Amino acid sequence: MSHEQTSLAFRENSVRALEDSALRAAMKQAADTFGTKRADAFAPVPDLEALRDRASAIREEVLANLPMYVDRFAAAATRSGAVVHRANDAAAAREIIRKVLADRGARLIVKGKSMVSEEVDLNSHLEAAGMEVVETDLGEYIIQMEGETPSHIIVPAIHKNRQQVGRLFADRLGVPYSDDPQVLTKIARKALREKFLSADAGISGANFAAADTGSLVLFTNEGNGRMVTTVPPLHVAILSIEKMLPSLTDLPAFIRLLPRSATGQPITSYVSVVTGPRKAGDATGAKELHIVLLDNGRTEINAGESRDILKCIRCGACMNVCPVYRTVGGHAYGWTYPGPMGLILTTLLTGMAKSHPLVDASTVCGACVEVCPVRVPLVDLILELRRRKVREGFSDPKEKRGMALFGKAAAKPALFALGQRLAGGFWPLVRAFGGKDVAGRMPAPSRTPLRRRLP
Amino acid sequence: MPSCHGRGWDGVGTGRNPFLFDACIDGADMDIAEQDVQTTISVTDRAYAHDYDKVVLRGTSPQRDARDDIRKHPMGVQAAMQVLLFGTCLVDTFFPESGEATVRLLRRFGAEPVFPKGQTCCGQPAFNAGYEAAARVAAEHFLWEFDGDAPIVTPSGSCAAMVKHHYPWLFRDDPKRLAKAKRAGERIYELTQYLVHVAKAHEAGLRGKGTVTYHSSCHLTRSLGVREEPLMLLSSLQGATFVPMPDAARCCGFGGTFMAKLPEISCALADEKAASIEATGADTVTGCDSGCLMNIADAMRRRGTKIRVVHIAQLLAEGL
Repeated sequence: MSHEQTSLAFRENSVRALEDSALRAAMKQAADTFGTKRADAFAPVPDLEALRDRASAIREEVLANLPMYVDRFAAAATRSGAVVHRANDAAAAREIIRKVLADRGARLIVKGKSMVSEEVDLNSHLEAAGMEVVETDLGEYIIQMEGETPSHIIVPAIHKNRQQVGRLFADRLGVPYSDDPQVLTKIARKALREKFLSADAGISGANFAAADTGSLVLFTNEGNGRMVTTVPPLHVAILSIEKMLPSLTDLPAFIRLLPRSATGQPITSYVSVVTGPRKAGDATGAKELHIVLLDNGRTEINAGESRDILKCIRCGACMNVCPVYRTVGGHAYGWTYPGPMGLILTTLLTGMAKSHPLVDASTVCGACVEVCPVRVPLVDLILELRRRKVREGFSDPKEKRGMALFGKAAAKPALFALGQRLAGGFWPLVRAFGGKDVAGRMPAPSRTPLRRRLP
Repeated sequence: MPSCHGRGWDGVGTGRNPFLFDACIDGADMDIAEQDVQTTISVTDRAYAHDYDKVVLRGTSPQRDARDDIRKHPMGVQAAMQVLLFGTCLVDTFFPESGEATVRLLRRFGAEPVFPKGQTCCGQPAFNAGYEAAARVAAEHFLWEFDGDAPIVTPSGSCAAMVKHHYPWLFRDDPKRLAKAKRAGERIYELTQYLVHVAKAHEAGLRGKGTVTYHSSCHLTRSLGVREEPLMLLSSLQGATFVPMPDAARCCGFGGTFMAKLPEISCALADEKAASIEATGADTVTGCDSGCLMNIADAMRRRGTKIRVVHIAQLLAEGL
């Protein structure tokens, strides 16, 4: 199922979300739970700030030498027996993967959770080529059944409550209704087990790629990640180029940071390191491994002033604490990545013309910066994008005129004081015309401003 | 008008002090009605205020001179530390009572506040909306108005954070102004920072009443790092009970221009904040930033809740 970007309608999307009481209750509960679990998980970690510094420095090192690490990874992965493909954009990635699958006659494909595959809209492309693609992460399985996209990068069905899932399963799978998460999980597990065993290929993402060993690293909880990468004869991994780590020995810092930040777990149930396809004597593993490295604008981002967003390790902590995200949910952002990291990445990857309302979808409260495990300066990046929005002419003309006037009055106290008095004198008019949303929520200016009360 | 040696001191005509009651630092006769302050100042001290403006415009630093004058004064008036008061555009325009309360607090704790008359806005509305040039104009003007060595005190965490953290960026390519910006960042205090770290107001046994809860504004808390100071002050109030608010540092939804651009989300966030406040059972909610308090007060009004929303400056000044 293909999904058009609706970021330009962020405000309309958010108004619709605000009216959805089930969504709001589910979001609030989930975001609060993850927020609390995250804090609890980090409480016993000694020298957390030093750990964040180290992880941040590792990510910065990768970005400073990105082409070198990508080349190094590609060479090492090739040596391990994998086939490495480079995709410059989404269309190239989709086509590479379709061809690899079609050439081997693959009909049934099981998929592990991958946001990059969402970014390139892979499923619809493969389905159009006559393949059956089954999402096997429970959350992804639910939203695929519903025909939706993920509303959270870690918890794709965060916007749904268990009653909704129960009804969905009853409708689509013909099972008796239940809203017991254990019962629902068992139903999904049974249905998915059959798919795993008969699948022709597995598609996964990767959380990290170790440049020195050519290994893919996956953090998963449900066990589906291991099934996808080892049971079918063919494994195709898609990841974006910035997921590099210089070395597999850099991984421990991220093992400590990523699961805690994402789900509040000291470690995920599985941390899988995949180095090449199955070799003679290996008990498990796909016979063939293809790795698709997606650029899709990242080389350009890495060369510009917003580079730091590429440090992101996709933990989702910033969205769990974002007041805007937790109120309207992920779909309002209208593309693959929601929340603070998402609005930045969306604007950069899809362009200001398709996404400019997103840069205002933040109160710049800084809660995200406080929790980011790799110190992405999210607020600074949002402010930088706002400046770009103004520079590129996407700002509201009324606001632009207002700010031009502000720029004049800010250095002219007499003009400033006059503005103050005019606003005070004509406040009922300001309130009545155009200013309802703002002026209607503010008190009238004082008849005697502070400057006239003090000497 | 209670007796006050400040008045006599000023009366002898040193002509350097714009405030009349600076010397009343024993606190015994500080119960001065706002009106008294205004009228007396307007009669006696306009001339000085005028001079002061001129001095500033000449680009010299009058603060040190003024302080020396006080120290050397033959009547031996206790030296008061001169501080520059940045009212902020919101307080100046909408909430002057918070500014006056700030003045009373500063005087009570031995400081001599001077209000540079040419001050406007720190530039935050333009800066946060992406208008770099307009923000730079405001910042440049601020640096001009608040030039010198005296501490700058402001009843706003976000404006203090703007000066401290964003001015250096705005002048990153202008070494002369960059130095001034950094210096201003070192000199600026959010009010509760000043009251705790300089004035030790939390040890003064200020009076309070009722049950008070506190909203921890975003930029104050996370950008400026002011977390404990307001709590120290509020929990020191004699006769008042402080009750913490759940998720006190969660954004209220004000966000400057955010309030105008996405009013529906802004109101939803303010409602969530109002519900947290109501859950405390407090009769008063306070905070350090007028923008947030204005947004919270609006939510309270919409919900028909009778909880008083008041700036911490006013709440503390009531207990003088």
